[in-house]
Amino acid sequence: MTLNGILQIAFYLAALTLLAKPLGAFMARVYQREKTFLDPVLGPLERLIYRLTKISPDEEMDWKANAVALLIFNFVGLIVVYLIQRVQQFLPLNPQGMAAVTPDSSFNTAVSFATNTNWQGYGGETTMSYLTQMLALTVQNFVSAASGMAVLALFIRGIARHSAKTLGNFWVDMTRSTLYILLPLAIVLSLVLVSQGVIQNNSAYVSVPFLQSTTDTAGVKVTDQVLAMGPAASQIAIKQLGTNGGGFFNVNSAHPYENPTPLADFLEMLAILLIPAALCYTFGKMVKDTRQGWAIFAAMMLILVTAVFWMYSVEGSGNPKLTALGVDQQSTSINPGGNMEGKEVRFGIPNSAVWATVTTAASNGSVNSMHDSYTPLGGLITLIMLHLGEVVFGGVGSGLYGMLIFVVVAVFVAGLLVGRTPEYLGHKIEAYEMKMASLLILIMPITVLVLTALSVVTAAGKAGIMNPGPHGFSEILYVFTSQANNNGSAFAGASVNTPFYNFTGGLAMLIGRYWLAVPTLALAGSLVKKKLVPVSEGTLPTHTPLFIFWLIAVVLIVGALNFLPALALGPIVEHFMMMQ
Amino acid sequence: MVTTSTQQLRKPLGLNGEMFRRALFDSFVKLNPWSMARNPVMFVVEVGSVLTLALWIQALLGSGEAPAWYIGFVSLWLWFTVLFANFSEALAEGRGKAQAEALRRSRRDTTAKRLHSPKRSSTFDVVASPQLQKGDAFLVEPGDIISADGEVIEGIASVDESAITGESAPVIRESGGDRSAVTGGTRVLSDWLIIRVTAEPGGGFLDRMIHLIEGAKRQKTPNEIALNILLAAFTIIFLIVCMTLLPFSLFSVEVAGHGAPVTVTVLVALLVCLIPTTIGGLLSAIGIAGMDRMIRHNVIATSGRAIEAAGDVDVLLLDKTGTITLGNRMATEFTPAPGISKERLADAAQLASLADETPEGRSIVILAKEKYGLRGREIHEIAAHFVPFSAQTRMSGADIQPEGKNGKRIIRKGASDAMKAYIEQQGGVFPAAVQQAVQEISRVGATPLVVAENKEVLGVIHLKDIVKGGIKERFAHLRKMGIKTVMITGDNPLTATAIAAEAGVDDFLAEAKPEDKLKLIRDYQKGGRLVAMTGDGTNDAPALAQADVAVAMNTGTQSAREAANMIDLDSNPTKLMEIVEIGKQLLMTRGTLTTFSIANDVAKYFAIIPAAFATTYPVLNMLNIMKLATPESAILSAVIFNALIIVALIPLALKGVKYRPVSAVQLLRRHLLIYGVGGVIAPFIGIKLIDMLMVAMKLI
Repeated sequence: MTLNGILQIAFYLAALTLLAKPLGAFMARVYQREKTFLDPVLGPLERLIYRLTKISPDEEMDWKANAVALLIFNFVGLIVVYLIQRVQQFLPLNPQGMAAVTPDSSFNTAVSFATNTNWQGYGGETTMSYLTQMLALTVQNFVSAASGMAVLALFIRGIARHSAKTLGNFWVDMTRSTLYILLPLAIVLSLVLVSQGVIQNNSAYVSVPFLQSTTDTAGVKVTDQVLAMGPAASQIAIKQLGTNGGGFFNVNSAHPYENPTPLADFLEMLAILLIPAALCYTFGKMVKDTRQGWAIFAAMMLILVTAVFWMYSVEGSGNPKLTALGVDQQSTSINPGGNMEGKEVRFGIPNSAVWATVTTAASNGSVNSMHDSYTPLGGLITLIMLHLGEVVFGGVGSGLYGMLIFVVVAVFVAGLLVGRTPEYLGHKIEAYEMKMASLLILIMPITVLVLTALSVVTAAGKAGIMNPGPHGFSEILYVFTSQANNNGSAFAGASVNTPFYNFTGGLAMLIGRYWLAVPTLALAGSLVKKKLVPVSEGTLPTHTPLFIFWLIAVVLIVGALNFLPALALGPIVEHFMMMQ
Repeated sequence: MVTTSTQQLRKPLGLNGEMFRRALFDSFVKLNPWSMARNPVMFVVEVGSVLTLALWIQALLGSGEAPAWYIGFVSLWLWFTVLFANFSEALAEGRGKAQAEALRRSRRDTTAKRLHSPKRSSTFDVVASPQLQKGDAFLVEPGDIISADGEVIEGIASVDESAITGESAPVIRESGGDRSAVTGGTRVLSDWLIIRVTAEPGGGFLDRMIHLIEGAKRQKTPNEIALNILLAAFTIIFLIVCMTLLPFSLFSVEVAGHGAPVTVTVLVALLVCLIPTTIGGLLSAIGIAGMDRMIRHNVIATSGRAIEAAGDVDVLLLDKTGTITLGNRMATEFTPAPGISKERLADAAQLASLADETPEGRSIVILAKEKYGLRGREIHEIAAHFVPFSAQTRMSGADIQPEGKNGKRIIRKGASDAMKAYIEQQGGVFPAAVQQAVQEISRVGATPLVVAENKEVLGVIHLKDIVKGGIKERFAHLRKMGIKTVMITGDNPLTATAIAAEAGVDDFLAEAKPEDKLKLIRDYQKGGRLVAMTGDGTNDAPALAQADVAVAMNTGTQSAREAANMIDLDSNPTKLMEIVEIGKQLLMTRGTLTTFSIANDVAKYFAIIPAAFATTYPVLNMLNIMKLATPESAILSAVIFNALIIVALIPLALKGVKYRPVSAVQLLRRHLLIYGVGGVIAPFIGIKLIDMLMVAMKLI
């Protein structure tokens, strides 16, 4: 670790914290349907949308109607994305003449983008036409993110209200999330990224002669390289802001056309956590107790800071096997030092370490370095961040509602510890809430473990494993961990664009998204009906440092305990082998 | 003749050898899978025990996955785990059972003199108590136990009801009126009674108590259900974790190219260690023990739900008289009328009160004696005619003929309005200063008594409600726990305000009528609060039925006792506070053991994971930070620790976590430190010690 690196990381975390309040306050106004400075421009547009879609914005719905709306909307989106991929060869904006995507890959990608996962079994520049990228993928980048934010808004109202029935209107929350939050931020960020050199065009790919020709593996002489083109900036801004993470190009934000400069890198990293962090403040605002929002923010931030610096330290210290071979891995002013395999020199260790941690903490999944090439401990950290259930800021909306589920569990046990039926913000936590919360913490580990087990014992599963030993195991574990958590980042190194992985992965993504969103709404539906339990001296405050640490402990214990045996057979044993 | 009855309740049955033997036997009976299935955590352990037993038999037959002694040893300790959990439950049940048994025996062993006709002169048969039918008449004489609940139809007798009420002073029971009801299990001390049985056999008060002690324990409370769901979720997750570990291990052996896959025995051992067996095994014992603690405080709860609700109560409605204040007012001061000396007033007041046997009257005599040195004259020393209090005159006093003097001294004391009318009727003047003093005394929450001699007003006696000692501190504790206290009184608001301030209650309801009480409870409940109250009268019944936690005094009427969800045998209104504490203790014990149980898993991972994959990845031994001797000893130590910790925690489960009146944050910090951090550390030490012991004994 260098001082320079530490300062860069500190600057990043400080910028994130400073932006949380203003953006969070703005989003609270959006969800409470209060006036914002964007109303003169977007108000008429919003009303037009409601008129065209025959939505009555003042009509509120209970949790079931909202859950149905979410499922219908996402299902339609999924079908559209699938169909566009299947017929892209007949559609315009296809200068490279991309063929129809295979059915299993189309299914996987459609699920992936509708669920805000953005797992990519395909390579963008070799598979998708510009129209598919824009109309299918970018559109889903907006609305899948907005869906998650809408579910959160509904959930927060469940907590903010008492003795009520309705949670709000999914259609309105979804529309307002897109119009007032995602769209303006994405436009601004796209323009800034274009200024940094991110491309935005509909041109055919460009062929450029090599300065020095080379030969390929077959011994054929290669004199030209093909540079992929396309409308990248507009997709990249939203893929970062909406914790989607699906790159325009195969190597995602490691590609110079996606992420050309340190400033672009900084802004893209900031965009990953911007909305999830600000939503904590939104939550506090909406429940009329900003301390509650800050407490959750603090719990998330403490886990993140620990993970980021742990990551920086392990990646910065490099590989002892290489040190033994006389490789200089010391950080100096002219040498980034540490483990640079799979990392871009223009970002170096600190910015790669932050990105890798942040992208797995949030359910973003975009990368600027290859996680497969991290040291075993570095890989372990990305896996742990995923295994915590994407609640360290997590996906837009989904991260916070995931964390609130952990809060429910933490409050329940803490309530017992102080001898009082547990309550959170005036809602009694009873058997039904525990049933839903238990379901929510059960689903993800079961999905990941069962599908990983299936893959390591079947021929179709084992076919995708390309690395020997425990590393191969880590790769498969990562595949399902990433998809079941709707993260979408790839450890890479496994060959997973096969019918087996496309199907099982699609399943994991669907379960990870909807099996969690629906019980979450059910939980909100139960909370909203409860009578307000007034605060008294006997009420356990949920904003104190003690509670924050307890919440962190619950998140770590529930996350870490489930996966420790699997991790022992993957990155942990790999680390010990490397140390030997 | 057996003299025991509910007295058994009063002296808690200690754990004796018989109870241990019985609990041991029951631990095996409880292995029945149908009853085990009620507890998902322990059911999984039992299935694991059966599975390892089968693997052991397979190994004995020569084709085992591991040495037979090793599988057998693991299996044995898994069975112990189940048995220990069963034992804790059986032990907790044992106390209640023994108590109910003692009560039942007392019913069986008594006999009744059943009369052929309900007359003293009638002949009778001696029959066993349970044979009495509703409508039968029976005779009780000194020393007899009353065999059944009934109504006195003839006679008057003093009855010792201490078995039921805890009050040692005998009470009078006689035919007709309010004092005609008798309870089975109480004893006649003098005279005789003829009683008509009013309860069906088995339907009497004592029978209901037996039923409550035995029956209420099996219902799960709402909180217990919620906790069970969480524990079931943990169990399912760990089941999947262990099941998927087999394919993971197969794959690892394949890629490592050496070693053997993890054995089923080890997977079962890991599973049992990971699932929350500590809390799962003790959960039911905790609930039963909570019930038992209530009984030992002489409170019978009709359901576990009521006990749990007691821990959540945020408002306590307390009757002023008897709970907050001593039942009686006491004289504290004499305020003379203008021109009258204090001594004269005190003397007259004392004379007027000599024959007054009420506590107020006695307190006047004592005050006069203590403050003005007036000796308490005996009634017969002076020629006096005493006028007792009557509802018509609302006055009492004495007419005294002083020796050697003419003219009677007619001394009266009474409420100011009655006295004013009396004085004015005689042509006297009620001085304005006295009127002012009366108002002054009322304003501070006391009762003024005006004293007059002939037609002259002498002054006012200040009768004050005496707030019980230490009650203010208790209310402060309750406030710290987040519980609001509300005083209910029939006094006027002025008086109520003063007493409320002195006692330190948060609020009060003055001039309360029963329907006001009901409304107050409803209002609090509408605001989301849980309300507890005590009551004894029939007019309390609606409010008792409405309150979340309703404690009826055992001396109360039948309808009050039926409307309540708890009955306090001591009829002590302050018991409510102890009930709240017991409720909190119950939840805390569950919470602390849950935290402890889950925190234990960390160490168990460190013991088992390196051992489970020792042949595939020997390098994982770096995780063996406890330096356990061999893979076998590591797994056995973890399993043994897991089983023994249940036994070690049985006393805590039965006794409950000590309650402390501190704020929620302080309590959470304390419990997280002890049971959370302690729960992480303890098994590291325990497992290491067991491992060292096994090595020392050359078992490994």
